[in-house]
Amino acid sequence: MSLVVAKNLSKTYVSGDIEVQAIRGVDFTIEAASFVSFVGPSGSGKSTLLNMIGCLDPPTTGSLEVAGQDISRISSRDSARFRGDHIGFIFQDFNLIPVLTVFENIEYPLLMVQNWPAEQRQQRVQELLTAVGMEGQENKLPSQISGGQKQRVAVARALASKAKLILADEPTANLDRTTAFKIIDLMKKMRDEFGTSFVFSTHDPKVVENAEIIYTLEDGKFQD
Amino acid sequence: MFNIIKMATRNLRRYLRRTLLTSALITLGVVAVLLFVSVSGSFKAMMIGQITDSALGHLQIHKKGYLSSMDNLPLNMNLTHKQLNKVREILDNHEAVESYSMRIKFGAMFSNYNETTNIRLNAIDPDQELKTVPLLGDRFIEGEKEGLLGPGEILVPELIAKGMKVKIGDSIVLVATNKDGSVNGQPFTVRGILEGISGPGGRDGYVGLTDARSLLRMEEQEISEIAIRLTDLGLMGGVFTQLETALAGFKNKMDKPVFEIHTWEKISPFFNITRMIDLMTFFIKIMLVAIVLVSIMNVMIMAVYERINEIGTIAAIGTSPGKILALFLSEGLLLGLLGTAMGVAISLASIATMNITQISFDFGRQKGLLLSPTIGATDVITISLIVIGIAVLGSLQPAWKASRMDPNTALRHV
Repeated sequence: MSLVVAKNLSKTYVSGDIEVQAIRGVDFTIEAASFVSFVGPSGSGKSTLLNMIGCLDPPTTGSLEVAGQDISRISSRDSARFRGDHIGFIFQDFNLIPVLTVFENIEYPLLMVQNWPAEQRQQRVQELLTAVGMEGQENKLPSQISGGQKQRVAVARALASKAKLILADEPTANLDRTTAFKIIDLMKKMRDEFGTSFVFSTHDPKVVENAEIIYTLEDGKFQD
Repeated sequence: MFNIIKMATRNLRRYLRRTLLTSALITLGVVAVLLFVSVSGSFKAMMIGQITDSALGHLQIHKKGYLSSMDNLPLNMNLTHKQLNKVREILDNHEAVESYSMRIKFGAMFSNYNETTNIRLNAIDPDQELKTVPLLGDRFIEGEKEGLLGPGEILVPELIAKGMKVKIGDSIVLVATNKDGSVNGQPFTVRGILEGISGPGGRDGYVGLTDARSLLRMEEQEISEIAIRLTDLGLMGGVFTQLETALAGFKNKMDKPVFEIHTWEKISPFFNITRMIDLMTFFIKIMLVAIVLVSIMNVMIMAVYERINEIGTIAAIGTSPGKILALFLSEGLLLGLLGTAMGVAISLASIATMNITQISFDFGRQKGLLLSPTIGATDVITISLIVIGIAVLGSLQPAWKASRMDPNTALRHV
């Protein structure tokens, strides 16, 4: 069964009298343990698509199934729970919680969203710290680590709750070339290790050339 | 919940200067209120003590209608021997009544043989009077206060003593008209000079009951006023009701009540001052609430505004709106707790310092009154709970806004 199934998906934003069609009836599927990239220029609709898959923005029309559940008409309360259970996020600006240490940032979804017991949390965070190469840095605050390290922590946090789908919005945009490649490699390694699907929105060629499936968007539609 | 509190604490530490400033504002408000409550409460208690323990007593019983005619000191509205016995029976059997003193109040001409003036007098039984108003002895400016009064002696209020230039041991004459209209005069020796106090009876002279009866040619025992001292002033409301009910059973031939009973509050104009103090305390509390509400709301609105992106992140990760709400409410709660704790600590230290330094002040004609502020645990707890509650309430709107924020919009916020 596909992890994501989108049929005739569209999104229209209304601002006053102006209607903007950000996504115009797209169909696609994403399989488990895949490395998918939505590419396209700014305003092409790739972030909108990612937000819809991530349950952050409901589609205007069409159907969208993620992890076997129709999320196209999900309530905001249920969407929070659904995101906590099934989806991990990696952001362009890392979006770590500044008052929490590296360890606590990774632990956050397990503690505040999924209520894991302390021992299991400890074990899982330790496992992820090792996996992303951040062991020994766990007591540092985000302000005390580099951009690449922050994104490693963000990857670990996204993986913490064992989500099957991780959505990454421009994950390498704020990283230098070497670090960006390291992060891409890390995500691939995590995909291989944990069977997690990574879906990106990007226009970074480094990400694009590493993606296994590429959907190119222009004016809200996929290009052949 | 512990983790939410932990995060809230760290967020407050993250904006340390703002946290300290807001807490300081709350602290200032708490200190102002607690000090005002303690100082005004101490002043109130002291003045009530002065008034009730040196002149009025806690309760007073008169013949019905006497109080409204009191300025004229009518002798035809005295309680008769028979009526007094009924009152005695009630008072003697009431546990909360510590003592009572029977008084004849009358007006007389006071002559030093050269000049004459008018004087208001209380005729008393010295033993009973001292038991009922124990601070009366403390009002002696001159003279021997032991035993208060002997036969043929008079205690003269300070103003008359000065005006009439009388000293201890001087002989004076009191001339009084009795209720039948006949005039009688009798010599007295000045035993003591009394300091005046605020309120009714505060500038009265004192003579013995037997002397007054002789002066007024009373053949039977008659009394104008019965002053009552209770074992505890706090019982006054309940005892008043019980005595009022018990006395209401006595009716005259026209089926009208014979007695009237009043608390000191009804008799002394100082009660209005105490009510004003209470009103001022209330308004100061309202100001405190406003200070806390405005400062906490301001800080929390800023906190939410500055952390929109962060709110979007935690919401995207799957944090429930309830937990986001709890996080911001906790920050408000902690700010309130911090400000209150500092405020209570500073207030208690200030109150202790004031008690050690023994601040004195003058009130009216009374000089050198010692201010000994105290504050009850109930007041401290009530004010603390109000402040903490308002701090949480002040955070509610910003916290609610944060919890209802659309994560997608919040994440795009720059």
